[in-house]
Amino acid sequence: MKPGTTSSGLQSTGLADIQGRLLLVRVVVLIIVGLLVVRLWQLQVRDGVYYRNLSHDNRTRSVALHPVRGFIYDRNGILLANSVPSFNLYVELGDVPDREALIGKLVELLSLERNELAGTMETHVGRTPVRLKKGVSLKEAAIVESHRLDLPGVVIRPEFQRNNPEGGYAAHVLGYVGVASEEQLAGLPAGSVIGQYGVERIYEKTLRGHAGRKLIEVDALGHEKRMISVDKPQVGNDVYLTIDFRLQKLAEDLLGGEAGAIVALDPQTGDVLAMASRPSFDPNALSRGVRADVWNDILQDERHPLTNRAIQGQYPPGSTFKIITAAAALDTNEVKPADTLQCGGQFRLGRRTYRDWKKYGHGDVNLRKAIAQSCDVYFYRLGYRMGVDTIASYAKQFGLGERTGIDLPAERTGLVPSSEWKKRARGEPWYPGETTSVAIGQGYVTVTPLQMAKVIGMIGNNGISFQPHVLRGVWGRKGEWIDEWSPTQTAPLTLPAHQVGAIQAALAAVVTEGTARASQSSVVPLAGKTGTAQVVSLRSESEEETPKRFRDHAWFVAYAPFEQPRIAVAVLVEHMGHGGSAAAPLAKELIEAYVSYGGDDEERTQVSLTRPSDKAMQRESRRD
Amino acid sequence: MIDELWRRRREFDRFDWYFCAIILALSAIGILTIYSVTVERAGTQFPLYLKQAIWIGVGALVFLTMSRIDYHTLARWSSLLYGFALLLLVIVLFGGKASHGAQRWIALGPLAFQPAEFVKIPLLLVLAVYYSTQNRRGWWYRVIVPALITLPGFSLILKQPDLGSSLSFLSIYVALLLVVGVKSKAFGVVLLSALMLFPFAWSELWGSLHDYQKERILSFVNPDYDPAGRGYQGMQSRIAVGSGQLAGKGFHGGTQTQFKFLPEGHTDFIFAVFAEEWGFLGGVLFISLFLALLLMGLDIAAKAKDSLGALLAIGLVSMLTFNMAVNVGMTIGLAPIVGIPLPLLSYGGSATIMTMAGLGLLFSVKRARLTLSP
Repeated sequence: MKPGTTSSGLQSTGLADIQGRLLLVRVVVLIIVGLLVVRLWQLQVRDGVYYRNLSHDNRTRSVALHPVRGFIYDRNGILLANSVPSFNLYVELGDVPDREALIGKLVELLSLERNELAGTMETHVGRTPVRLKKGVSLKEAAIVESHRLDLPGVVIRPEFQRNNPEGGYAAHVLGYVGVASEEQLAGLPAGSVIGQYGVERIYEKTLRGHAGRKLIEVDALGHEKRMISVDKPQVGNDVYLTIDFRLQKLAEDLLGGEAGAIVALDPQTGDVLAMASRPSFDPNALSRGVRADVWNDILQDERHPLTNRAIQGQYPPGSTFKIITAAAALDTNEVKPADTLQCGGQFRLGRRTYRDWKKYGHGDVNLRKAIAQSCDVYFYRLGYRMGVDTIASYAKQFGLGERTGIDLPAERTGLVPSSEWKKRARGEPWYPGETTSVAIGQGYVTVTPLQMAKVIGMIGNNGISFQPHVLRGVWGRKGEWIDEWSPTQTAPLTLPAHQVGAIQAALAAVVTEGTARASQSSVVPLAGKTGTAQVVSLRSESEEETPKRFRDHAWFVAYAPFEQPRIAVAVLVEHMGHGGSAAAPLAKELIEAYVSYGGDDEERTQVSLTRPSDKAMQRESRRD
Repeated sequence: MIDELWRRRREFDRFDWYFCAIILALSAIGILTIYSVTVERAGTQFPLYLKQAIWIGVGALVFLTMSRIDYHTLARWSSLLYGFALLLLVIVLFGGKASHGAQRWIALGPLAFQPAEFVKIPLLLVLAVYYSTQNRRGWWYRVIVPALITLPGFSLILKQPDLGSSLSFLSIYVALLLVVGVKSKAFGVVLLSALMLFPFAWSELWGSLHDYQKERILSFVNPDYDPAGRGYQGMQSRIAVGSGQLAGKGFHGGTQTQFKFLPEGHTDFIFAVFAEEWGFLGGVLFISLFLALLLMGLDIAAKAKDSLGALLAIGLVSMLTFNMAVNVGMTIGLAPIVGIPLPLLSYGGSATIMTMAGLGLLFSVKRARLTLSP
C-alpha cells in the first residue's frame, strides 16, 4: 500500500528527524507573521494619520473656477470684446503614471504635436493642471471623453475664451489677454488669464471678476466623482469705452497699410473717440495664445506692430509745433498777431544759415500768414528771441514732455528740450542755433500723436483741456453704473482767450488758403496745422529718390467745428512726406464722418443699450 | 487500541471543525472584499464575488475529494501527474491565451485556467516521494537531483512570464530541501530562516540597488515590467493600508479602492483593500486566522504517520506561508511586487481550487493517522 515499505527502517528515522525540525519551522512561521503584524502596526497605527492624509489628498482636489471676464463696449454699446465658451484640454500630471504613453496616445487620437506636448509638460511647474490645447473642437472633446480610460489625468474643461468680435480693430486700445506669469499671479489661482495690454490690462481688476473654487473628489484617473463644495466665481464688470467704433474703424481704414497713428479726442470732455495705430496685430490670436516662435516673430517685427504709436510713438512734431511757438510769443508779447516780419527764405545766425522750406521766402508775414503758409523764418526769429526755455515752458503748458495720463499702459512722454535738460542729459550747454530748430518742431523735440491731439484740442477749446481717457463707465453686473468718468479739466493755458483766437483764425486759414487748402471741407468749418517731420536732415532733393524709411513723417492736427469744436484730431503718417498732402485728407475725412454721425448713435444707444442710466443719458444730452 | 482510536477520532473531530471554520472564514473575507471592490462595476457580467463563491464551492468539493483520497495513492501517481502538468505548461507556452503581455492561460470552453497553479501539488508529491522513499546520501542526491526535477516546471512558468508563480513554485523545493535535504540541522535552520525572511531581507537588499539596476534586473526577468506602474501601485497600496488606521474606513468605504487609486484590488492587492476597510484590527484578525491555519498544518505534520505525510504537510504549509507572506508583504512595502495571489482571498478559480486541493491533501495526511497501519 505504501511506497516506503521497503525502507521502513530508514523512513522511521527520517520521520523523527523531520518532526524534530518542526519546532524550528513553527518559530520561523511565527517570526514572519510577527514581522507582518509589526509592519502593519507601523503603517496603520503609528503612521496612520500620515497615510490618511495622503489618501485624502489623493482624492480631493481643489479646482479654481475662473470667472467670466467682463465685456468691453464702445460708447454706443457696440460689443468690442466678449468671452465665448470654449473647450480646453488639460492634464493633471500627478495622475499620469506614464507620461510617454500618454503623449503617444494624445498624438494618436488628437494629432497633436509630440514635441510641443512634451515641452509643455516638461516646462510646467507647480501642481496645477497643464493646459495642452485651447479651443478643442466638439469632435475632439468627444474623442477624449470616449477614451477616458486610456487618457489618465486628461480632462476637458469648458472655459471662456476672450474674443474680439470686430477682429483686429482697436487692437491697441483693447489689448489682449494671456495666462498670467508667475510674477503676475499675485494671489490669483494659477492659470488665471489676465489682461496683458491695453484696456484689458489697465482695467484688469474691473473686468476680471472674482475667481471661485470647487472642492471635488476624483478617482485615480483624475475624473470628477463628486463635488464636495463650491464657491462660485463672480463675473467681471463690463467696461464702456469712449471710443466711437464707427470712427475707430474709419481711422484705421484710412491709415490702411501705412504706418502711423490717428487720435481723435472730444476737446470738451477728453473722451478719446478714436485711437488708431498701424501696423496692428490680431488680438484674438494673441488672446488665444500663440506659439513661442510666432510670438518672437511679432516682437522682432521691424514695423513694431505691438507699439501703440498714438501714445508710444515719439515723433518730431515738425511745423505743428509752430502753434506752441506762436502761443509762447504772443503770451510773452514777443510779437502781436498783426506784426509783420520779413521772410527772405533764410535766417542767418552767426555763420550758419537756416533755410525756409520755400526757397525765396514768403515776403512780409504776420501770424496768420506765418501759420497758414507755415513760414519757417518767422518762427526762427521768434524762437531765437524767446530762447529755448521760454518755448519749453509753453510746451509744458500744452502738456508736452509729460504723459497725458491716459488710462492706457506704457504711455511715453516725448521730449521738450531745455537748456537745463541738455546740460543734464548731454553735459553740454545749449546753443542758440538749436533753439531755431526747436521753434519749428525739429531737433530734440518729440511728441506723441495723443499729445498733439490734446494740443490742438486746447487751442480749439480756448485754452482749456480735459484729461484724455478711454473709459466712459463701468457697468456692474448688478445692473447699474458703478463707475463713471466725469470730465476732468487740466491746467488751462496762461494765454488769454483773444490771443488764442488769433491762433485759431490762423489755423482756419491753413485750411482755407494755406498748406492744407486741398482739405477744405464743404461740410464743416475746420482749423488745423500741417507738419512735416524730418527723419534725417541730409537727403537728396527729390522725394522719389529718397528711400522710404528716410522720408519725412506727415502730420496734420485739426479740430472742428471751428466754433465749439467737438472733435480734435491728430494724424501722423510715417514716411509719407508732406502733412498737407498725406495727413490732412485723412483728418478731413474723419472729421466729416464724425460730423455726419451727429454725435453718439442715439438710436443704437436706445435699442441695444438700455443700460446707461438716466444720469449717463443726461450727460450725453447736455453735450449735444 | 480501539478506545485509543475513538479518543483520537473525537479529538480530531473538534480539530476538523476549527480547520474548516477557518477556511470558510478566510474564504468569506475574500468574497466580502471582492464584493466591496467590484460591486459597482458596470456590465452584464456575472458578478465576480458570486463567481468566487462558486469557485469556493467547487474548491470545497475538491477539498472533500482530496481528503478522502489516501495520499499514498496520489504519491504513486505523482510522476505521471507532474509529467501531465508539465505538458500543460508546454501547451500554454505555445497555445496559451495571452493577457497583460503574458501567456498564462489555457481556455477550456468558457473557462480558462492557469496550469502554473496545478503544477505545484504534483511537484510537491514528486519531491516528497523522492525524499521519503529512499535514503538519499550525498549532496548530489539530496540537492541537485531534486533541483533538476524542479527546474523544468520553474523555467516553463518563468518563461510565460510569471515571476510570482515561479517563485512560489520554487519555494516548495527550497522548503523541502531545507527541512530534509540538508543534513546539518544548524545549516538547515540558517537557510530556512533565510528563506522565510527573504521577503523582508529583500526590501533591504533591493533598496540598496540603484533604480536603473532594479529596472534592469526586473525587465530581464519580466519583459512587461513597468517601473512607473510598479512604484505607483506600491505607493497606493501602502496609502490604502496605512489610511485604514486602527479601525478601518468601513466596509465599502475604502477610498483608495473605490476611486481606483489601487488597481487589482480584487486579486493581488486584496489584502490592501481589506486592511483599508477594516484597519489594523481587521488585518490582525486575518493574519491570526491564517496563522492558526498554518500552525494546524504543522500540527498535522508533527502527528503524521510517515515521513511522506510529514513532508507533504510541511511543503503545503511552506507554500501557503510563502504565498501569504509575499503577497501581504508586497502590499505593505516589505516585499517586491511580483504578483502572487493571496491564498483563499484573491479572486481566481485556478488558485482557489489549487489551495483547496492542497488543504484537502493536508487533511488526507491527518486522516491517515486514524487508520491502522497494515
